[in-house]
Amino acid sequence: MSKIVRDYGFDRNILTVEDFISLATLRQGVEKPVRLDLGNDENPDGLQPYFCWLEMIRIPFPDFNDGRGFSLAKRLRQLGYEGVLRASGYLIADQYRMARLSGFDEIEIDDLLAARQPEWLWQSQVIKKKLSYQDRLLKTG
Amino acid sequence: MYKYNDFDHAFVRTRVAEFRDQVDRRLSGSLTEEEFKPLRLKNGLYLQLHAYMLRVAVPYGTLNSRQMRQLAMIAEKWDKGYGHFTTRQNIQYNWPKLKDVPDILDALADVSMHAIQTSGNCIRNVTADHFAGAARDEIEDARITAELLRQWSTDHPEFQYLPRKFKIAVTGSPNDRAVTRAHDIGLRAIKDSEGSAGYEVLIGGGLGRTPMIGKVVRGFLPKEDLLPYIEAILRVYNLSGRRDNKYKARIKILVHETGIEELRAEIEKEFLTRKAEFPGINPELLQAIEQDFAAPIFNKLSVDNHVARVAHDKEFREWVKNNVARHKIPEYAIVTVSLKPVGGTPGDATAEQMRVMADLAETYTHDELRVSHEQNIVLPHVPKAYLPKVYDELKKAGLATPNLGLLSDIIACPGMDYCSLATARSIPIAQDIAKRFDHLQLERDIGALKIKISGCINACGHHHVGHIGILGLDKAGVENYQITLGGNATEDAHIGSRVGPGFSAEELVPALERLLKSYLQLRESPEETFYKCYNRLGMDPFKEALYPHLKPKQIKRDRA
Repeated sequence: MSKIVRDYGFDRNILTVEDFISLATLRQGVEKPVRLDLGNDENPDGLQPYFCWLEMIRIPFPDFNDGRGFSLAKRLRQLGYEGVLRASGYLIADQYRMARLSGFDEIEIDDLLAARQPEWLWQSQVIKKKLSYQDRLLKTG
Repeated sequence: MYKYNDFDHAFVRTRVAEFRDQVDRRLSGSLTEEEFKPLRLKNGLYLQLHAYMLRVAVPYGTLNSRQMRQLAMIAEKWDKGYGHFTTRQNIQYNWPKLKDVPDILDALADVSMHAIQTSGNCIRNVTADHFAGAARDEIEDARITAELLRQWSTDHPEFQYLPRKFKIAVTGSPNDRAVTRAHDIGLRAIKDSEGSAGYEVLIGGGLGRTPMIGKVVRGFLPKEDLLPYIEAILRVYNLSGRRDNKYKARIKILVHETGIEELRAEIEKEFLTRKAEFPGINPELLQAIEQDFAAPIFNKLSVDNHVARVAHDKEFREWVKNNVARHKIPEYAIVTVSLKPVGGTPGDATAEQMRVMADLAETYTHDELRVSHEQNIVLPHVPKAYLPKVYDELKKAGLATPNLGLLSDIIACPGMDYCSLATARSIPIAQDIAKRFDHLQLERDIGALKIKISGCINACGHHHVGHIGILGLDKAGVENYQITLGGNATEDAHIGSRVGPGFSAEELVPALERLLKSYLQLRESPEETFYKCYNRLGMDPFKEALYPHLKPKQIKRDRA
């Protein structure tokens, strides 16, 4: 079983592997809104025409030390993707802020990690989003 | 120099509180050791051979007297009364206790300092020309760009878990004192044909076990494109850099394996996407940074007493000749305080010495100090009128060794005396070399020479770019030192070549003695430095000096 971490707290994960399709399947064409499993070594170039069909893109973190997902999320957002972005796998609470600022909406973690790093710990990261040098450097309005 | 605003203060305090909490969570088991490791590294805390080591950031090497005094206080209160200035313009404490570290970080925050991103697989402390703002050949003060990059890279959410560490260096002068060609990104301030300011951007330089000289990825980058372009480089690296092998994970390997042309195309493509939605830097913020680095008001005092002292005091004259560089204002000078006394540990300063330097900076030199990557301290703006006083004070504190740029101004990594990666000693070798040539009284005659020593192939002592590089290895339990010749760390950066089999610790100093005595024989005039002489003659005569038992024929064959 797994949990979904969101800004307001934990939710139970209700999606299963059948709810996602691969990039190869997507590229064959779709007829209804779908959810995509995008590998962290896969190239999202040319995906823009499909964005309106994508309800969710899920990006795996095989290890918390593997930061490719952060850049992939950012690239998708810059390409104009506005649907849900989910990180799944091994991310620790201290990385929640990074994930959110890189463009993810939520993180799917397993119950073991959720027990070791409980809800309040993830939520304590939410406020830190505001303390960002990067946002501050940029022109606003 | 840069002054912390409310945001900076709030940020470092929050960061200290966060680390305090992470230490607690590690102790309670909420964080595993593996998960804790990158968090402690991002806060500068290493586990070394005998103890923890805390590496404190000195952004682009700039300090004021208050900060230097605080570093002295920390050395006395929580360490053994000294600190070690590093090749990355930082300071390291070798003996802090884990439980004290959050308190040390708080003491640093009290004086607008921190240890953020001095380690770990993230963008490290940005380094810059230690003569910035004072050098005569400067196009612009490199620290404005470096401070902008410090802010941008601090806690950057996308780039905290890169394949490997990432180092950026900036120079504002054509004479590169920041070794930009040996960094993951090197930035050189230039002007285009119409006079607009921008950068030449180099990527993929680095020393370590696979030394490489950085390649130009963009010949001219307009200033306003800096952040989107650097982000594009980092994003391409974060997505494509190798993660299967720690020793092949730096961007230099990506450049090498992909090729600069292809990588450039990828970066430019990423850059266009990023630039399209980049709103630009907040102009007020940029202005505030620029104002903070505005030059001090220079007092043009009479230089008569300085001139008189030079005329009658030989020791003073020697120190001025070696340790004092030209300042952009003729009545001023740049003083380099040598942290390389003969027989000392390169880069070490006691708390007492730190206070002496702080006092001098406050009293005579517009309250500024710099840490140089050559592990010395720079007083960047000294009126020549004060040079005699500054010299006298430094001399009393054991800080007036007149050896800048000479044989005993050695860069050495901590080596086996401190480092868990080291395969050989490095500091004692530097000490032996300095003592031997001091005994021979040859240093002055030999003249300009850069000796750099690393205690393992990770090359923290920059041996690849030393005129004479020394690499300490372990051969079946015995220290063995390889010599490379002809390296260069400046704008003409060059990786030195290995001469031949290594030497034992006992054989090394006599071998260097033969090498340098033969240089004295071979040079055309005292003006021909070792480096120039080597480039004129090539390796063979020096190889003969190092290996006198080899026949000339054998030398030729070995070279083939």
